[in-house]
Amino acid sequence: MSLPEGVQRRSFDGRESLATRGPQVSEESIVDGWRRWDPDRSKVGAMFEDGLEHGLEGGERVLYLGAASGTTVSHIADFAGPTYAVEFAPRPTRDLIEVAADRDRLFPLLKDARKPETYAHVVEPVEVLVQDVATRGQAEVALANRQFLEPDGHLLMAIKARSEDVTADPESVFEGVCETLSSGYEILDRGRLEPYHDDHLGVVATPRQ
Amino acid sequence: MTTDTGWFEGVDPEVLDARDAIEDGTAESPAAWPDRAIASGFASDADDYYDKLREATIETAREAVAQRERADDQQLVHAVRAMDDCERTANELAERVAEWGGSRVGKSGGGVAFAREITEHEPDSDLDEQLRALAEQVVDLDERATELRASIERFTPEVAPNLSSMAGPVLAARLIALSGGLKQLARSTSGTVQVLGAEDALFAHLRGDAPSPKHGVIYTHEYVRGTDPEHRGSAARALAGKLTLAARVDHYSGERRPELEAELDDRVATIRARGEDE
Repeated sequence: MSLPEGVQRRSFDGRESLATRGPQVSEESIVDGWRRWDPDRSKVGAMFEDGLEHGLEGGERVLYLGAASGTTVSHIADFAGPTYAVEFAPRPTRDLIEVAADRDRLFPLLKDARKPETYAHVVEPVEVLVQDVATRGQAEVALANRQFLEPDGHLLMAIKARSEDVTADPESVFEGVCETLSSGYEILDRGRLEPYHDDHLGVVATPRQ
Repeated sequence: MTTDTGWFEGVDPEVLDARDAIEDGTAESPAAWPDRAIASGFASDADDYYDKLREATIETAREAVAQRERADDQQLVHAVRAMDDCERTANELAERVAEWGGSRVGKSGGGVAFAREITEHEPDSDLDEQLRALAEQVVDLDERATELRASIERFTPEVAPNLSSMAGPVLAARLIALSGGLKQLARSTSGTVQVLGAEDALFAHLRGDAPSPKHGVIYTHEYVRGTDPEHRGSAARALAGKLTLAARVDHYSGERRPELEAELDDRVATIRARGEDE
């Protein structure tokens, strides 16, 4: 698996780590302008570390659902093109706005990812859709937002088992979510995000024509 | 081809007052908005469009976040007041039930527990039935108060994470309610926070009739109640100081700052040790 243009493995305190180039966010490590991308704090970072076939090249337009305080989306905006970041909770959005204020092409939207019609008048079609929403019905959210994705675009999705059902076996939750997802997407690759995130599945998919 | 309109329709590109358009606008599906904005003359090229989009989305998100957070702390204020109303009313009615019930069932008791006993009593007259129904309402109100408390315990950490962690969610919510909101609490001095909820005693003191109160509702905090009376004033002052800082961090930044709690722990340990040394 190759990394997108703009993402490199760099050395931080003698340890190799993913990194992107951009303005520093809070107190993270930064060496020669390269920001350490911590896979423990980022599902997409974990997907890269775990070797999923992500299909990203760099420079793409991105819609990111569930941007939270902007940790991952800041790295994505560092190597991608115009990036739209949707987050519904006000408190993390405050941090997201600060991350966006330091960047030229990161657009924060305080919106509910389950209601794409409330941001379709702002967001243009994109080549990459990233989804990390800890809500029930994660597959439905991905299906509702499929309309934003170009025909040959890529969905990168982190499925959290416990958001669907805290008691069920994660593998059976993942099966159910992937099955629902398959009605609108062709799944290209999938893999657990251990050891970085417990009970999460990373999925790469493309819209079914 | 969609007939939807983009967020920029009707927005003056010079002023960029786009909050209503971004927040309230909708479209059935996305479109190549940058191209359309350029075609309509809103932007001169893609870079210009994205510069305008950036300014408009950041400004809108800032204002929308502030407004949503204001709304959240007001929800908490209502919930705390409702919980207090339920508890007070339950206790008041429970007294009535106790007085009446004692004469009917031949044993005496009090409070919600006794009302619960009365509800299990088989009524043998119309008035008995009235008593039983009243007792049921006491129990219902008490359960409502318990559920409101559980909701407050879940919701306060979202609204004020630092204050909630330091004071406990219910006391934190009560302080917010007594001030009228998180913003008002954040703007209070620590002396005010120390006596919130002790307004009667404070005004008596200001009239010259009484000593100054050492604490208001923060009395319910272990660091005040659990400190021996001689040093309680110092503990209350230390706690109020840190609670005020926590409320300010919650209102102005929203970041978690666990070190505030650690500092308070140290300070109270010092105050308590002073007592042991003497």
